[in-house]
Amino acid sequence: MAQMTMIQAITDAMRTELKNDENVLVFGEDVGQNGGVFRATEGLQDEFGEERVFDTPLAESGISGLAIGLGLTGFRPVMEIQFFGFLFETMDGVAGQMARMRYRSGGHYHSPITIRSPFGGGVKTPELHADNLEGLMAQSPGLKVVIPSTPYDAKGLLIAAIRDNDPVVFLEHMKLYRSFREEVPEEEYTVEIGKADVKREGKDITIVTYGAMVHTSLKAADELAEEGIEAEVIDLRTVSPVDMKTVVESVKKTNRAIVVQEAQRQAGIAANVAADISEQAILHLEAPVLRVTAPDTVYPFAAAEDVWLPGTKDIIGKTKAVMHF
Amino acid sequence: MFQVLNEKGEVVNEDALPDLTDDELKELMERMVYTRIWDQRAISLNRQGRLGFYAPVAGQEASMLGSQFALDKEDWILPGYRDVPQIVWHGLPLYQAFLYSRGHFHGGQIPEDVKVLMPQIIIGAQIVQTAGVALGLKRKGKENVAITYTGDGGASQGDFYEGMNFAGAYNAPAIFVVQNNQFAISVPVEQQSAAKTIAQKAVAAGIRGVRVDGMDVLAVYAATKEARENAVNGHGPTLLENDCYRYGPHTMAGDDPTRYRTSDLDDEWEKKDPLVRFRKYLENKNLWSEDKENEVVEKAKEDVKAAIKKADDTPKQKVSDLIGIMYETLPVTLKEQLEEYREKESE
Repeated sequence: MAQMTMIQAITDAMRTELKNDENVLVFGEDVGQNGGVFRATEGLQDEFGEERVFDTPLAESGISGLAIGLGLTGFRPVMEIQFFGFLFETMDGVAGQMARMRYRSGGHYHSPITIRSPFGGGVKTPELHADNLEGLMAQSPGLKVVIPSTPYDAKGLLIAAIRDNDPVVFLEHMKLYRSFREEVPEEEYTVEIGKADVKREGKDITIVTYGAMVHTSLKAADELAEEGIEAEVIDLRTVSPVDMKTVVESVKKTNRAIVVQEAQRQAGIAANVAADISEQAILHLEAPVLRVTAPDTVYPFAAAEDVWLPGTKDIIGKTKAVMHF
Repeated sequence: MFQVLNEKGEVVNEDALPDLTDDELKELMERMVYTRIWDQRAISLNRQGRLGFYAPVAGQEASMLGSQFALDKEDWILPGYRDVPQIVWHGLPLYQAFLYSRGHFHGGQIPEDVKVLMPQIIIGAQIVQTAGVALGLKRKGKENVAITYTGDGGASQGDFYEGMNFAGAYNAPAIFVVQNNQFAISVPVEQQSAAKTIAQKAVAAGIRGVRVDGMDVLAVYAATKEARENAVNGHGPTLLENDCYRYGPHTMAGDDPTRYRTSDLDDEWEKKDPLVRFRKYLENKNLWSEDKENEVVEKAKEDVKAAIKKADDTPKQKVSDLIGIMYETLPVTLKEQLEEYREKESE
């Protein structure tokens, strides 16, 4: 066991898979000698060579085209999009092409591709770096979308993503890269894609969340506990497909739920979760399922992040509204 | 412009005459005649409602088949939506091409040993993917190339530039073919760009660019062969611009070329017909006759009839089939939907 930050756990996962499978290739803008703009690929090119870990020209659509072509010729590409706001440059490559490869060839071809990309607010990045665009990905059939919130989950989920024979979008919240350390096993292990994790047990209300909001929710839950409200916090870990079994079991126990996301109200995946809860557990609900989200504006100018991003106060407020409904 | 045969079927460039045996020359002509007939039949089958989406190919036989003829069986083809002939001559059964036209998933189930992708509808996507396939072939140590096709309009896309530029940067064995048939639906090539040729766009990627008479099958073959040899010998990718013409409409989905083309222009290009000049060339060498041609026409008609029959006999698609080909392992949500549809289907 070693104490690792999330970024170290991510590097460790890539190192593990580069070692395990000679077909794993890591590439993107500045991921080679530079070791990535966040040092996620630090040391990997020196260890595995320029044929396995390499830089690309600055063109996101070209990068996903490269991944698709390499996937067709027997490789297992782990491509990086430097910031997920740059997804729009390659929306066709991701949602229009690799997501559909298996289907449009009737199962003959597939795209064993992992797309790693940083996103998320709270670190005062410039425009179109922090946007939460997981909702776009979750609406694209053929993809899986994974968002870890801890170093342990990040390593296990990334290894699982790389081994998956269908495309997985692996979104890394920038604020969580180095915000804390955690015990992470040095040996290989996987965390199953599509499985949520109960990060805090509680009996009064279920808080369903993912990404950086897991930690904001846990903090809110601590404060709520002081007032006698025991919240159960579920970290979805995979936002497409959502592990509704775990969510519904929790709701059946607590009879109340809120869904918390950093994305705008009209974006993200909270609406899906709320709809599924109402379809599957309406008779267990004492109150409507409320959502904590960002407002429906463009992602804020850096200096406005503090007032725009959802925080513990918002979570506590919505929780109380549900409790006192 | 690189040319070997002029419109009269005379060799105008002896040095560039490709080294093809008599049998190979005849085979090329057979394929062009066969494809012309199959195109005519496909248009008529489409009008009868027995085929769906179809992009006519008459006029482009030299460009399509001359380039495919220069390939090795293990070379990859990433076709655009009009480039069905190339993948059929590379090994995709004709009835599957017809199923693709109708919109049936079995059309995309490429046989195991056939290195082609399904026709690409997103203009330009095949170009960036080709850079990836070519790099993959290079990294696996294969002496093969990836070839892809787009039209004159496609050369305006971002992916067109990115794909060529990536292949250039990695010195990958790729061949990019632009079939400049002068029109992107109704928009003439002059409105796509101020560039005088499309071949010169290779300069932006630092790769070779060659403008070829795309109505001359020997020129297309020779240019593709050379590009292939360059690529497998580590000299990087080539952009080929094949100047050609489509005699039919853009697609069979209601396009009317008389709205944007004059009959004078049609006449001018009909004089350049790739079949006419190659037929003359072969007749002068005593390699072709009317009887031989009729034989090929009959064979093509019979094959089309048999292929359409086989397409008709293919079982209809069910939603459960479509769910089954989404992922290797179905997510829970899709497993639930699979059960739901299986129940409906058993009613």
